[in-house]
Amino acid sequence: MHKTEEISTLRPEKKQSLTDFLTNTEPNISQVERIVSGIAGGGLVAYGLKRRDTAGVLLAALGGLLGLRSATGHCQVYDALGIDQSDASVSEWLKGKIEVQKAVTINKSPAELYRFWRNLENLPQFMNHLEAVAETDSKHSHWKAKAPLGQTVEWDAEITEEVPNELIAWRSTENSDIKNAGRVRFKPTANRGTEVVVHLTYEAPAGRLGALAAKIFGEEPSQQVSEDLRRFKSLMETGLIMKVEGQTSGRIGEVVEEKAKARAQGGNR
Amino acid sequence: MKAVCWMGKHDVRVESVPDPTILNSRDAIIKITTTAICGSDLHLYNGYIPTMEAGDILGHEFMGEVVETGSGVPNLKKGDKVVVPFTIACGNCFYCKKELWSACDNSNPKPETAETLYGYSGSGLFGYSHMMGGFAGGQAEYVRVPFADVGPLKVPDSIEDEKLLFLSDIFPTGYQAAENCNIEEGDTVAIWGAGPVGQFAIKSAFMLGAEKVIVIDHYEDRLRLAREENENVETINFDDKEVYDKILDLTGGRGPDSCIDCVGLESHGTSFDSLLDYAKAYTFLATDRPHALRQAIYCCRKGGTVSIPGVYGGFLDKFPMGAAFGKGLTFKMGQTNMHKYLRPLLEAVEEGKIDPSFVISHRLKLSEAPVAYDRFNTEKDTWRKVVLKPQ
Ligand SMILES: NC(=O)c1ccc[n+]([C@@H]2O[C@H](COP(=O)([O-])OP(=O)(O)OC[C@H]3O[C@@H](n4cnc5c(N)ncnc54)[C@H](O)[C@@H]3O)[C@@H](O)[C@H]2O)c1
Ligand SMILES: [Zn+2]
Ligand SMILES: [Zn+2]
Repeated sequence: MHKTEEISTLRPEKKQSLTDFLTNTEPNISQVERIVSGIAGGGLVAYGLKRRDTAGVLLAALGGLLGLRSATGHCQVYDALGIDQSDASVSEWLKGKIEVQKAVTINKSPAELYRFWRNLENLPQFMNHLEAVAETDSKHSHWKAKAPLGQTVEWDAEITEEVPNELIAWRSTENSDIKNAGRVRFKPTANRGTEVVVHLTYEAPAGRLGALAAKIFGEEPSQQVSEDLRRFKSLMETGLIMKVEGQTSGRIGEVVEEKAKARAQGGNR
Repeated sequence: MKAVCWMGKHDVRVESVPDPTILNSRDAIIKITTTAICGSDLHLYNGYIPTMEAGDILGHEFMGEVVETGSGVPNLKKGDKVVVPFTIACGNCFYCKKELWSACDNSNPKPETAETLYGYSGSGLFGYSHMMGGFAGGQAEYVRVPFADVGPLKVPDSIEDEKLLFLSDIFPTGYQAAENCNIEEGDTVAIWGAGPVGQFAIKSAFMLGAEKVIVIDHYEDRLRLAREENENVETINFDDKEVYDKILDLTGGRGPDSCIDCVGLESHGTSFDSLLDYAKAYTFLATDRPHALRQAIYCCRKGGTVSIPGVYGGFLDKFPMGAAFGKGLTFKMGQTNMHKYLRPLLEAVEEGKIDPSFVISHRLKLSEAPVAYDRFNTEKDTWRKVVLKPQ
């Protein structure tokens, strides 16, 4: 289990070791209860509908945490990460890397979507892990990403293929820290908008272990790509990404009382 | 401001919370003049809907006055009087364009739980759990309304709030429930639940051409209101009568052409199956109590429609699929596609075809919300619909 220790050192601010983390169900109880109390056994059934294997069910149902008890170090975890070792189409450059493919349908024309995406500097607007992209010339760009564990990673990328309104492909240049490649296709439909299919391949900072850590701490690549695409869709269709963070609630406690008093005195609204 | 907060099962409190602010360009802030408690809120109160968090602001039936608008809300200005639909919808996505507003793709910022449970997520809803977006609700002095360029309906100052408020939910909900029955000349519609949604479903069924409506409940006061408000309504108190036999008597042995379930997941009953449902819901073997729905399926005529505005959240046990299949029934259900009905139903109010305020039984101050929740939950017969006033 020395791998386990390696992971635990990846997150020094968390006192708990991964072994504790994996064997102790306590931290998740409230989260689990929140879902399970209302949906009860049924919730598990629903998860089962989405994922084929039992490990998948547990992973999903218990926020990917409890489930690790049964899946630690086993290939189910890699399956859940979307790593398919048997896929022969993975080229040399991608061998052993993480691959993610996701699709979303957007109620806009391929041209509108292509135009926005091809301006790579727009990507951080919906790809949350990116801090900035700067285009250096028509084919080259510099990318800066928020890596797991509060680090940043930077690399240069080049466009490897582009077909206006149809396809954009890019990959990091030879000397990059984080090797990655991406491809997005825009496929028109008769009357359902445009199907956007994204295919990403990359090597996580510490290989598979890094990806596993990322998964544990909620930076699972496949989920990240889904969320990115959801934000892309929302931005394209509605012009914004819906926010609820920062809204009011009764959770703010004493601060609230004070603010209310201040307001009563100041007469603001 | 003051807001009604969900603190846990059977625990709502009026708390001082920060005023809402504009978070997106298409937001507006509304100063609430009138709000109400819905039967759906009782599902939250009774702890049936998962992903609520202590401190969540409740309420999805509200109206008021615009006090602030984001840069993307050119249609509203300060001082406009508006009713806000409880489903939040963008107006741009495939579903909104198809008028399936409650299926909007872009209004639930936290769709993952709903996707895991249901496959895909519906639209965001005000004050109705984090699974439905975690939006702060409108049982408060102010509320933030997202996609305010699409949702809020401007209403005339000359009509009083109580006649307009229910355009925010239960009037369109009853109307869609009846519309989903595709009512034809000579139809008899049977409606389970004589709560506010049931009352609007009755009126809507007649507006859409039903010949007769049969209403099933066990609260005499609610049944009486249904008889007083409408001609050609027959009522059945399920505590005293065998519902199926009585329905056959009232339909010449044919059964109703369509059945509407205005009860939802907290169905009452003392029959064997409903007692089992209580036990199972209690022990988490099943989550919802579908007694009324089972009865509706059983009673519906061959080839008929079962329309379900009543809310279900999880899993049903002993769902009579054989009966549904054997009779070739059609099912229609879901959260109401609110935006589609706002204008036509406002016209019905303006033309005096209906005065929606007939469902109101109590008028209280917002600060009295905890009492209102308790009574609406436990003294259902007389506490039929509570309207709350923030000022
Ligand atoms: N689909 C939507 O968009 C939507 C919108 C609003 C409300 N709703 C739902 O509609 C339902 C009704 O709302 P309401 O405000 O009228 O609630 P309510 O609780 O006031 O009314 C429910 C009525 O059903 C009756 N009932 C219970 N068990 C019954 C049974 N076995 N047979 C016949 N009647 C029975 C109750 O006595 C009560 O009168 C709720 O489930 C609510 O969540 C859905
Ligand atoms: Zn409601
Ligand atoms: Zn939409």
